[in-house]
Amino acid sequence: MYKVKVYITLRESVLDPQGAAVQQSLHSMTYNEVSDVRVGKYIELTIEDTDRDLDQLVKEMCEKLLANTVIEAYRYDVEEVITQ
Amino acid sequence: MKFAVIVFPGSNCDIDMYHAIKDALGEEVEYVWHSTDNLDQYDGILLPGGFSYGDYLRSGAIARFSNVMAEVVKAAQAGKPVLGVCNGFQILLEAGLLPGAMRRNDGLKFICRNVGLKVKNNQSMFTTGYEVDETITIPIAHGEGNYYCDNETLAELKRDNRILFTYDGENPNGSLEQIAGITNEQGNVLGMMPHPERAVDSLLGSKDGLKIFQSIVKNWRESHVITA
Repeated sequence: MYKVKVYITLRESVLDPQGAAVQQSLHSMTYNEVSDVRVGKYIELTIEDTDRDLDQLVKEMCEKLLANTVIEAYRYDVEEVITQ
Repeated sequence: MKFAVIVFPGSNCDIDMYHAIKDALGEEVEYVWHSTDNLDQYDGILLPGGFSYGDYLRSGAIARFSNVMAEVVKAAQAGKPVLGVCNGFQILLEAGLLPGAMRRNDGLKFICRNVGLKVKNNQSMFTTGYEVDETITIPIAHGEGNYYCDNETLAELKRDNRILFTYDGENPNGSLEQIAGITNEQGNVLGMMPHPERAVDSLLGSKDGLKIFQSIVKNWRESHVITA
């Protein structure tokens, strides 16, 4: 079994209005060191053992449904879960 | 002419759309549930606004995989008029029937008010009832109507006159080039954020939206005339 952690943010080239608002708020709280904020999504998938290629599966799921690649970028980590 | 109003769980402008077609336009119309797998009997397909599947993940992302969408793609390929309003536009973008994507409004607020629209192209089957550069008043009601596409796509949209409507004056949501409505390459699929179905009666503020539906019917009749 695997635990896949998917991180989705707006692409660098796309202005993130939520991130900009959060950054402004942090600045007004005197955290002026913050130079950029990107707000994104975090999705956890638990995937059963399979004969299919795991990377391929996760990529397909990200590109078809989880992320909209017109405006969003994604990355993911895979952890193997050892069950007894 | 017979229209289908596609109803998803969370659609909430389906009744307005039905009313616009039946009472204001005077054409045949039926509600069609999203699980339907046949739209052959309909001449025009309408995807109404709302919050299909609660806008979970992204607006339109889940609705795009419902049964009926394969049929909507088929209808679009067959050249039937397909109109997506608001959430319907978002679903058409997610389905890839129109290019680009929607971001949150740049002011982060849900905006619900009348806006002025400029008709940029009146050669489309959806806009022949208008004058070019005519300003019309139609309400918007959305939190994610901030249209985005890459430069290449934008150049294509402009070159082929596929931007039918732009916001007149102030940009309400940050949309690229003030874009409010675009068509596909063939010109038979229109997605727009403003709600023409809410602007079909002067008593309720505006009837500027009615001409979109009238244009669809007029063009459909003209291309379906049986010449004896």
